[in-house]
Amino acid sequence: MTIEQTQQQIIDEFSMFDDWMDKYNFLIEMGKDCPIIDTQYKTNNYLITGCQSRVWLHASYDGNLISFSADSDAVITKGIVNLLIRVFNGHSPEEILAADTAFLDQIGLKEHLSPTRSNGLVSMVKQMKLYAQVYHLKSTQQTKHE
Amino acid sequence: MEDRKPFEIQYVRSQFPALSQYVYNKPLVYFDNAATTQKPLVVIDRLKLWYELENSNIHRGVHYLSQQGTIAFETARKTVAAFLNAKETHEIIFTKGTTDSINLLASSLGRLLVNEGDSVLVTGMEHHSNFVPWQQLCLEKKANLLVAAITDSGEVDLEDYKSLLEKRPKIVSITHISNVLGTINPIEEMIRLAHEYNIPVVIDGAQSVAHQKIDVQALNCDFFAFSGHKLYAPMGVGVLYGKEKWLNAMPPYQFGGEMVNQVSIKETLFNDLPFKFEAGTPNVGAVLGLESAIHFIEMTGIEQIGLHEEQLLHYALEKLKEIDQIRFIGHPKKQAGVISFLIGNIHPFDAGMIIDKLGIAIRTGHHCAQPVMERYGIPGTMRASFAAYNTFEEIDIFVAAVKKAALMLS
Ligand SMILES: Cc1ncc(COP(=O)(O)O)c(C=O)c1O
Repeated sequence: MTIEQTQQQIIDEFSMFDDWMDKYNFLIEMGKDCPIIDTQYKTNNYLITGCQSRVWLHASYDGNLISFSADSDAVITKGIVNLLIRVFNGHSPEEILAADTAFLDQIGLKEHLSPTRSNGLVSMVKQMKLYAQVYHLKSTQQTKHE
Repeated sequence: MEDRKPFEIQYVRSQFPALSQYVYNKPLVYFDNAATTQKPLVVIDRLKLWYELENSNIHRGVHYLSQQGTIAFETARKTVAAFLNAKETHEIIFTKGTTDSINLLASSLGRLLVNEGDSVLVTGMEHHSNFVPWQQLCLEKKANLLVAAITDSGEVDLEDYKSLLEKRPKIVSITHISNVLGTINPIEEMIRLAHEYNIPVVIDGAQSVAHQKIDVQALNCDFFAFSGHKLYAPMGVGVLYGKEKWLNAMPPYQFGGEMVNQVSIKETLFNDLPFKFEAGTPNVGAVLGLESAIHFIEMTGIEQIGLHEEQLLHYALEKLKEIDQIRFIGHPKKQAGVISFLIGNIHPFDAGMIIDKLGIAIRTGHHCAQPVMERYGIPGTMRASFAAYNTFEEIDIFVAAVKKAALMLS
């Protein structure tokens, strides 16, 4: 699935709920499927700042695609980070860098979270794109050497 | 007060337009009063009047509006002095808020009294505003910050406090009421103990001034700081009360207009109290709003407000106890209308998001008191805090919301 397709799938899933409680329940459930970060990375180095709860994020790169893992001590936050992981996981750095995140507005996540909380969301997206940026640079440098 | 009405909650509520709004299609329940209170009409109208008709810069012009503004501003100072029972009107300095008042002290009183090797004493339950300014002063002066321990129940360990006083700190600065635990500290005794060593005592009154009668002469504190916005007044104004002898001895804090008498290229003569500490154009509208807020409190009756909030506190504590795995952070013997709690291992942020969606404003997080969180080994708490206008029905709605959050999250 492309990034856009996953985003559309998530928009469809969220549109089934008209109540915010149901959306939260859905996020809590989604958090349970989160690919959990290896304990060796659960350190301050991998902590995302700007969130009221703690969120750790790690990315690995097989030379082609990026996979993310994460964890949080708050379950709703864990659902939110996994939502982003669902969107970006298994894509190339270039695809992730080019992706637009307007779907967050469409499912009402940004609008319904207060600025500081939303900063947490923004920080998560930023951190994922930063990983993509680093891996993109690495791979272009390697091709230059070849 | 001749025309004071009996404490009638619906009448009190009717004076606060913000309370009748809906959020997420639910009637707002506002329990974040320790962060800031809503504003009564008298305060809103006062601000409006100032900006509609009276606006002018004070203490400067000979023109009509400026003179009237100056009179109004100085009358407000008298009102504040009477409210705190200060001996002299010029012992009242207008600041931006508690944080600003304490920074003034850390800078000015700090410069006067603290040198290398000296110490400053605070407690482990201070808001960052009464902690970081002293900590930074101590770092700059190579002095020591002494921190009196707090007990499991959330009270200052008085034995520890006494033994730290023996180290002869130059300044003691303590909160009257903890914004996290609700603890009402025995400040009369703590002041008396510090005075045995002639140490000046600063009281952070941010959380107490709206809930009980403050008499700075009876307390005999050397300084008392508070914020208008936690007292039904506008944001951007606060007060620093200081005993005249200290304020006279202290060097100015900020320099600029208003605080000077005579300026030549070589030197400057500083103005007298209170202007020496009020550099620049003050927030006149907010000061007048603060005066109106004090009138609101006097009309409503501070004792009645305190009594009502105490009843709300006990009702809320009883109701919350019905919840499985509820954990109160701190259960001091003397508690103000502030409750910090957790439910089992549920993250306060998760519960807070759900409670918010049910139309209830509570606070989650560390409440700018990270040393307190560290003391109890927790990431944060949920905090409900009450004001004059809160009701028992609101507590029922709130407790039902906490139960719902607990159910969803466990
Ligand atoms: C005990 C205490 N001190 C100081 C402050 C700081 O007040 P302000 O932000 O109005 O300066 C607060 C506000 O939360 C407080 O609760």
